[in-house]
Amino acid sequence: MADFLLYALAAGLVVAAVAGPLGTLVVWQRLAYFGDTLAHSALLGTALGLLLMVNPWWTVLAVALLVGGILALLQNRPHLSADSLLGIISHSSLAIGLVAISLTRLRVDLNSYLFGDLLAVGPADLGLIGLVGALIAGLLVRYWDPLLAITVHAELAAVEGLPVVRLRLLQLVMLALLVAAAMKVVGVLLVTALLIIPANCARPWSNTPERMALLSALGGAAAVVCGIGLSLWLDTPTGASVVLCAALAFVASLTLRRLVPA
Amino acid sequence: MPESLLSLDRVTVRLSNRTVLEQVSLELRRGQIVTVIGPNGAGKSTLVKVALGLVKPETGTVHSAAGLRIGYMPQRLHIEPSLPLTVARFLQLGGAGRSAIDAALAEVDMARFGGNALQALSGGELQRVLLARALLRQPDLLVLDEPVQGVDLAGQTAMYELIADLRLRHHCGVLMVSHDLHWVMAKTDQVVCLNHHVCCQGHPEHVGNDPAYQTLFGTSYARSLALYQHHHNHAHDLHGHVVEDSGRG
Repeated sequence: MADFLLYALAAGLVVAAVAGPLGTLVVWQRLAYFGDTLAHSALLGTALGLLLMVNPWWTVLAVALLVGGILALLQNRPHLSADSLLGIISHSSLAIGLVAISLTRLRVDLNSYLFGDLLAVGPADLGLIGLVGALIAGLLVRYWDPLLAITVHAELAAVEGLPVVRLRLLQLVMLALLVAAAMKVVGVLLVTALLIIPANCARPWSNTPERMALLSALGGAAAVVCGIGLSLWLDTPTGASVVLCAALAFVASLTLRRLVPA
Repeated sequence: MPESLLSLDRVTVRLSNRTVLEQVSLELRRGQIVTVIGPNGAGKSTLVKVALGLVKPETGTVHSAAGLRIGYMPQRLHIEPSLPLTVARFLQLGGAGRSAIDAALAEVDMARFGGNALQALSGGELQRVLLARALLRQPDLLVLDEPVQGVDLAGQTAMYELIADLRLRHHCGVLMVSHDLHWVMAKTDQVVCLNHHVCCQGHPEHVGNDPAYQTLFGTSYARSLALYQHHHNHAHDLHGHVVEDSGRG
């Protein structure tokens, strides 16, 4: 197998493996739109990286954290509904990112940022993705129960002594890290798909949160393998092919659940 | 006097320029049940949050006994249908082990429900699971926010009986909040009538006759301040089945 293919597969599998469990938290807390907003801000982060001539990794991460912080600060404004706020920040950061990238006067392939460029993943990217994946996986294992507890009832968790604000911050950091890692794989416009589609594929087959997290990781991994195959076979964009496979898996999951009695 | 667990001294809380609680004082003692009643928006939930330490008062002080353990039963628990969670796993999230969970479920008469999905429980069953989670804290003080909300009348009676029972067995204090103005648990030691400030307080029998209560809720309410008492010749267990009176209660 060609090297580039191995790199692509490995990077995709790592991202899918952590996006699965993280995605279940996003689904349970109804944070899909929040994830979308973080992902869109990644384009602005990329533009900043290009302008400042630093590795976009760091600027993507910084902007995602900044946007998460701004969202937390602006929450609970009486005249601004949560979904409007997310919509405004999400689309403005995407727009600012597009304008800023054009202002750099660099000849960059916008498509690769918007839709990912999995087949262009090199050894350096893979190293970084692997590192980030291991970090997120470690944090998820270590803090799974507290994160689940604040998902179920934040105030109850607070009374029982959990640091709710710090756990939410941890969740934000993990999401920001994932966005930075997943950008190469599916691009800013499709990151949320990797979070929520596998989780929803897993739901009908799960009776515990852990099983759902695990199945979600497996489903995402399967979508990556099939997506890369599809992309090679039909010469289609890789990121979109991965998401298409995940969507097909979702339909198959729902259909099978109807046919197979519990 | 039993040991003081938690005392609020002239607590005032303002939220977005509105005074929610004004000069509220309250004393909770071991083995005693205090029921806070008041109309919607009277500040009951805020009072609960102050007692739990989730909201800091603007003025006034909250003093709790050293090492006080609070078991909290929230008002509503909405579990996303997307989250597969069994009763036992939910209780585990409070940090308890297997045997403690089984014991707590047995105490609230839900022994065989450990493997059931949380979303499939009835209102009354869910309330009892929440109560079990509070008990797992081995609490000195139980804080119950609307414990009989969404529970039918027979279930309410059973729930109140259970709470009175738990108070004795765990020798803890109980702070209960209810929006029901004319139906408080008979075994309440003290009723606090709240409408941003404490309108009146005292033993349940006295509160109904208090002019402040009558001004707040009208004389018709005052006359119908019905207390839960054991006058029936049978009871319903927690699942609604009739149990012949065996002289208990």
